[in-house]
Amino acid sequence: MFRSLLSPFRQTTGIARWLLLTGVFITAVFVVCALFAPWVAPLDFNQRYVDGVKLPKQDPPSGEFWFGTNDQFFDVFSRVVWGARTALVVVGLSVLFSVVIGVVLGLISGFIGGWLDRLLVFLMDTLYAFPSLLLAIVFSFLLRDLLGGSVVAVAFALTVIYIPQYFRVVRNTTVSAREATYVEAARAIGARNHTIIGRYLFGNVIQSVPVIGTLNAADAIATLAGLGFLGLGIQPNEAAEWGYDVSRALDDMGAGIWWTAFFPGMAIVLLVAGLTLVGEGLNETVNPVLRKRRLMPVDMPANEPSSYLAEGDAAALGAGAPDPRFREDEPLRPEHEHRRREDESR
Amino acid sequence: MTELYDGPDAMRPGSDLVIDAQDLRVWYGSERGPVKAVDRVSFELRKGEILGLVGESGCGKSTLGRGLLGLLPEGAKMDGHLRFKGEDLLALPKKEMFAKRGTELGMIFQEPLTRLNPLMRISEHFEETLKTHERGISKAEVERRSLEVLRVMGIPPTRYRSYPHEFSGGMRQRLMIALALVLRPAFVVADEPTTALDVLVEAQIIRILHDLRREFDTSLLLITHNLGIIAEACDRVAVMYAGEIVEIGDARDVFSAPQHPYTRELLRSTISLSTTGLNFIPGAPPNLVAPPSGCHFHPRCPDAMNVCAARHPVERTHPNGTRAQCWAADLRDGMASDLTSEETASLPREEISVADEA
Amino acid sequence: MPTKHEVTAAGAGTGIVAVSDLEVHYGLRGGGLARLFGRDSGTVKAVDGVNFVLHRGEVLGLVGESGSGKTTLGRALLGLAPATQGSITYHEPGDGGSAYERVVSEMSGAELRKLRTDLQMVFQDPHAALNPSMTIETAVGHPLRIHGIAKGEELRKRVASALERVGLAPAEQFMAKYPSDLSGGQKQRAVIARAIIMDPEVLVADEPVSMLDMSVRAKILQLMLDLKNDLGLTYVYITHDLASAKFFCDRIAIMYLGRIVEIGPTEEIFADPKHPYTKALLKAIPEPDPQKMVPRDLPRGEIPDAARPPLGCSFHPRCPVAVAECGWESRDLRALLEEHWIRQEPSVYEAERELVGDLDKLDEAAKTVTVGTVANAAKLRAMLEGIRSENPTEPLWTGVDSLEETAEGLEIRFHQGFDPLLRPSGGVEVACVLYPTPVTTEPALPE
Repeated sequence: MFRSLLSPFRQTTGIARWLLLTGVFITAVFVVCALFAPWVAPLDFNQRYVDGVKLPKQDPPSGEFWFGTNDQFFDVFSRVVWGARTALVVVGLSVLFSVVIGVVLGLISGFIGGWLDRLLVFLMDTLYAFPSLLLAIVFSFLLRDLLGGSVVAVAFALTVIYIPQYFRVVRNTTVSAREATYVEAARAIGARNHTIIGRYLFGNVIQSVPVIGTLNAADAIATLAGLGFLGLGIQPNEAAEWGYDVSRALDDMGAGIWWTAFFPGMAIVLLVAGLTLVGEGLNETVNPVLRKRRLMPVDMPANEPSSYLAEGDAAALGAGAPDPRFREDEPLRPEHEHRRREDESR
Repeated sequence: MTELYDGPDAMRPGSDLVIDAQDLRVWYGSERGPVKAVDRVSFELRKGEILGLVGESGCGKSTLGRGLLGLLPEGAKMDGHLRFKGEDLLALPKKEMFAKRGTELGMIFQEPLTRLNPLMRISEHFEETLKTHERGISKAEVERRSLEVLRVMGIPPTRYRSYPHEFSGGMRQRLMIALALVLRPAFVVADEPTTALDVLVEAQIIRILHDLRREFDTSLLLITHNLGIIAEACDRVAVMYAGEIVEIGDARDVFSAPQHPYTRELLRSTISLSTTGLNFIPGAPPNLVAPPSGCHFHPRCPDAMNVCAARHPVERTHPNGTRAQCWAADLRDGMASDLTSEETASLPREEISVADEA
Repeated sequence: MPTKHEVTAAGAGTGIVAVSDLEVHYGLRGGGLARLFGRDSGTVKAVDGVNFVLHRGEVLGLVGESGSGKTTLGRALLGLAPATQGSITYHEPGDGGSAYERVVSEMSGAELRKLRTDLQMVFQDPHAALNPSMTIETAVGHPLRIHGIAKGEELRKRVASALERVGLAPAEQFMAKYPSDLSGGQKQRAVIARAIIMDPEVLVADEPVSMLDMSVRAKILQLMLDLKNDLGLTYVYITHDLASAKFFCDRIAIMYLGRIVEIGPTEEIFADPKHPYTKALLKAIPEPDPQKMVPRDLPRGEIPDAARPPLGCSFHPRCPVAVAECGWESRDLRALLEEHWIRQEPSVYEAERELVGDLDKLDEAAKTVTVGTVANAAKLRAMLEGIRSENPTEPLWTGVDSLEETAEGLEIRFHQGFDPLLRPSGGVEVACVLYPTPVTTEPALPE
């Protein structure tokens, strides 16, 4: 699977490649922030006091507070950095759950078929038809009672929205793969159904999953922010969350305080954009139909007329005249040199 | 050497040459270097003649067929000399080449179902073909000509308004041939036209192709890997290996007295009704980026000599009229007097293991 | 405990798989539109009544074109295709030369899986028969792992031994490779290795070499012959290529549209082919001999739709020597008319088409059909007489019982026909009304 991801990478060209690289770079920045938040962020996400001194309220960006401070006396920069951690953890968990549940259900449904398949397809299509934010709100409400506003709860709320995508893709690929000869061969050697699903189908139907996963993550970031904006996301004292920050910054707009909304907002936009670029870039590399093969330039050395007409000239050819097919005398061009030598090994 | 192409007609052998190809090359770019799919191929095709192009997978025969019609994919480069009824095809701009396809150059593909539009009736297919190349043609005239060519192909007029999926495999292939021929092209390339068909239907189609020259005066290039079909249907045959034509000549001569060891071994390994023992050619066809030095066949050749690994053989005409490029054949027919005894000593061959087989 | 060879020697020639009245029918679901209009979607009779006994140690060829049912039959032998009717019985060799009977067609689940150790398959497309995400070692050793026969070091040794046996030596070089790293011939060898690793009794080979290059085919066929002798295998060799069947098989069964039309020892079949279809196949094989011309007298038409086979003998519409009993029907009349019209001028075609009227009526398979109207019945009759006089030897006319002008038009009635079963004739069995003795009846003359 990884082989197929990396090798076409080299073959893409131009725009697709730059998109992928840009996306990877942006995402990497956020990942670093998330991983090393305690060191990157000068302050904690809910820290109001530094050495006993309270932070100024709604201070503009300065040398001390790069992104300024907000109305709760927090450092916006630290909130953005810690927010990255929140975002990536929540989204990471939810994508992980979605993938596991969606892929497994898709495999089983595609393989077994029948009424179970029809039922699941119906369910999944229904779920898929809803706008993701709406569903997230519904599930957030439901899960709030059970699990409160914790990270895991929000992750679960996001999970359900994305299961249908994996389900559909894996199920459809399974339905066509199950007709393949090697699956029949597996039956012929006596494999049981679970072996066929696990060893023969699994590896061959999940090629699209990384692409979907990345694009899902992008959407999930935005949905998470949406939840946070509506106050349905993570509890504010649990973790920093960009959407929540933006919602609190709404009132600041009128007063000309732009930094409390701008930086968290930009963070959302950038991370979503970065993940989307990675996803689309991967799609171009992994999907052979879309992939625009890099056309290699072909350099053809001079083409002398062959000795076909030289039937009568055979005598002339025989005695010391250079054989037109024998290209030793051609001027060598550096890029062809090593191949020439191969050709003329004596 | 170029003056030969502009020489007076009377001097040229076979002045009714439909196709005159010299030193054609088709190279693709790849990461490892240029893929020499077709590497200096020369042949001629006269009016009403059927030339069979035979070779195994990867020898470049399909690429050559497409190259002749200008149907190569992007990234492929073609050069050499190619004349169609005296006109230089490689110098033609794309638009003119497009106009020639259909009217003067035709192609028959392997899988007819994938080449026909399932949403269009047969009549509409013909209308589209005819109207593209003859704008003012009337619907009645379209119908008349289409039914005429369908008749020759053995498709009843009652099916004129049917859809492609209503035809069986053999009928569809006849349909493809009819569509290719309705404009009476002078030259048709048939790329494995019967590989996907059953034996009895295959025989029917081969008979149709064989009769083409009588009905339509068409010259046909028949590309296949099946030697039996070549023997039945073709006047002349060209054997391709690793992008080159290693032997070309009259079908009867080539089959009864093959000059090139590859042709000989290929004939021996063909399983037919008269086969008594199993023969095969060890090893696999070479990769076209860096084929073996000298003669590309030498690692697998039972007659290989030292010179075969060092120098590429020269194409020569043998006493029976066949052209071949092989040092051993030259030696046998006394045409390689300049080779030293060291060069003509047998090449010590490495054991070819299963790891290198096709 | 007798080794495999001993059992084989003692039991050579005895039946190992017996197929009796086997039918494999698939119901067609039919398009939504068809169901909407209440049209019968029909069944495809892939295998339609097959009887034979596979003898231990032999190579039985199943030869046929597409639609003949040979592939389905091969799969049914292994239980990979469900038998709708009839039975397939496997005589499992036991200790001391005795045999247990297992009815494959009735087995399922765990029982059927256990049978896999004895009945194995080699597939047609080497590029598709191996799991792309499994290494060769895993793929070839998987049968042993599934059945719990070996694991760990023992497994590895057996895989290496199987690989060496099929010529993929040194085995270490191939074990860690993926199918995409191998060539076609090498992949097919790996497929064969996987099939023999459990030491089976019967191997069904479905066109094992048809997707390989000519220069490699002989190698793989030779390998299969060697394995047969070394391991005491019994083969069912499925192919459309009569030439390789002639070389490879001891007995050949020619199949057409789900039936066996001729079965017998290879030499007999080739020396004296009896069934018209067999004769045609032999004539049609392209030989690499330019002296041999393109055959001109081959059967017309193509293999019919398996969902709507011809009445009576399935081959009769194409048969050059068909007689009255072969099962003529209205669809044959349509084919005759269409063939006639190919040769006519467009104006004549138009006129005659008018006379006949609705051609689709002839598509219902019927023994009696009425065409035209009462007004032009006489002209129609004259037209048919004219067609007949153009080509009096056309077999269809032997099957026409009467042409009668009625109040609805011209009524054409066909002879009752029947579907011939396999009957012994000479050294073979043939399913044709002409064998063992030709049926002689006068073709009915219309008044």
